[in-house]
Amino acid sequence: MSNVPADLRFLKSHEWARLEADGTITVGISDHAQQALGDLVFVETPEAGRRVAAGEACAVVESVKAASDVYSPVGGEVVAGNADLGGQPELINQDPYGAGWIMRIRPDDKSQFAALLDAKAYEAALAAETH
Amino acid sequence: MPFIPHTADDVREMLAAIGAPDIQALFDEIPAELRARALDAIPPALSEMEIGRLMSERAAADGQRLNFIGAGAYEHHVPAAVWAIVTRGEFYSAYTPYQAEASQGTLQLLYEFQSMMASLTGMAASNASLYDGATALAEACLMAVRAHRKSKSQRILVPAAVNPDYRAVLQAIAGGQQLAFELLPYDPRGGVTTPASLEKYRGEDITALVIQQPNFFGNLEDVDALTDWAHAAGMLVIAVVNPMSLAVLKPPGEWGAKGADIVCGEGQPLGVPLSSGGPYFGFMTTRMEHVRQMPGRIVGRTVDLDGKPGFTLTLQAREQHIRRSKATSNICTNQGLLVTAATIYMSLVGPQGLAKIASTCIQRTAELVAALGNVPGVRVAFNGPRFHEAVLLLDRPVRGVLEALAARGIVGGLDISGEYPSLGNALLVCATETRTPADIATYARALAEVMQSAAAA
Repeated sequence: MSNVPADLRFLKSHEWARLEADGTITVGISDHAQQALGDLVFVETPEAGRRVAAGEACAVVESVKAASDVYSPVGGEVVAGNADLGGQPELINQDPYGAGWIMRIRPDDKSQFAALLDAKAYEAALAAETH
Repeated sequence: MPFIPHTADDVREMLAAIGAPDIQALFDEIPAELRARALDAIPPALSEMEIGRLMSERAAADGQRLNFIGAGAYEHHVPAAVWAIVTRGEFYSAYTPYQAEASQGTLQLLYEFQSMMASLTGMAASNASLYDGATALAEACLMAVRAHRKSKSQRILVPAAVNPDYRAVLQAIAGGQQLAFELLPYDPRGGVTTPASLEKYRGEDITALVIQQPNFFGNLEDVDALTDWAHAAGMLVIAVVNPMSLAVLKPPGEWGAKGADIVCGEGQPLGVPLSSGGPYFGFMTTRMEHVRQMPGRIVGRTVDLDGKPGFTLTLQAREQHIRRSKATSNICTNQGLLVTAATIYMSLVGPQGLAKIASTCIQRTAELVAALGNVPGVRVAFNGPRFHEAVLLLDRPVRGVLEALAARGIVGGLDISGEYPSLGNALLVCATETRTPADIATYARALAEVMQSAAAA
């Protein structure tokens, strides 16, 4: 069973989002997603300053099995990509909700964050997916 | 690996198992108007005897002409051992083997090819080949757009001195994907691209600069200055090179202060015969930082469960069977057989042999230019350093001269007046190591006769 922290928001496509104190939103992929992908070998993070729309593919996670797009949960401007992933993509496997974060985005409209799935709804989506 | 086709019984059993009446029924869901109709323009089938006769007649029509055309495809001596080895059953497949457990020999050969190309071009990583030189350049431009994430323009500077066929293919493949190509003029005196012609783009968002070395005219570009200029302006540098020339010229990995970013070109000079225009193969190498953006197959060396070394396809997550429409390329045809020939060719001649062949080419081209440049009515267009070929300017239209030479059994070069009207009556000539001093004298004598008789007429 994968770990779904109660304080995060999620997308059905398995990204998580956390609203930080400074109003930015940190994005990564869920524990379920990293388990499904297996050992990550490469992560392509977006450049700071890039404008992204909600639902736009803006990062790529590549494992020994597959390469998948990571979608932005909100529209806004990329504040930072996690540079540590360049040399250590395995951070996502080890700590998907912490050191394995992928990007930080300054949202144009905070209500988009509020509209994301909460932990309960994401767990329900996971349950529906596996049955 | 034997190929075992289905028998009629196999087919019947399979159809029965899925409940289809016949094979045609498997295609029922494709609407009739989308199906290919009978190919009416194709003549009826011929027997082996008839087709053998037809092909011998066609080949005889070519004759044994003395060839002085290069322009992207070069007549080199191919040692007999090359194709004797290539056509062994173990190698005789044009396709990349996916099954590492059954294809270690082919995979190791591709790995050796990649090592040779990386070393020849001075780059860190090579793919296992592409379709041909022109499509390799188009792939390199698409790759530059993916790799250069700061540049948003998808604009690429392409010198007019790049092979016109390559430029046409570039437009056909990448033009439809919203890449914009800006033509850079060449210096009419030197026949090369000058950094001064780039100045008007300074400060603009340009993704990459293409540099062909030697360029289409055979002239050597100032690759160091062009590379440094492009890097200073924030562009990537795509090198298009003749692999044979790299035995004597500086590898693109050492151009300027940082070296080129992507290197591509036509592999035909390495052991592949001219054969009426193909098949040839393209190659591509790059820096390690861009390797995930490189299209095509890459063979890697690894160890198996028992720690024994072995070879396998690597970085496949970028490819179309996994990434679908987001793959780095959907034309990563691997020209396996031709790459096999190139690898064996390079192994047989070795680095010193390759340098000797390249030096002989330069020597013969110098002799050819000297001999033809002395013919009345002919002058040499550009006088800088060159490799393989040169542009001659005639005092009359090139076409008639080439026809008169053809009647004497000589293929006198390529008429480039149409592609480069400002040059006037321009003829691109080439001599490789296969053109002897006697061949060159024969051509010079014939050209003198043709120029004289036409002048008298």
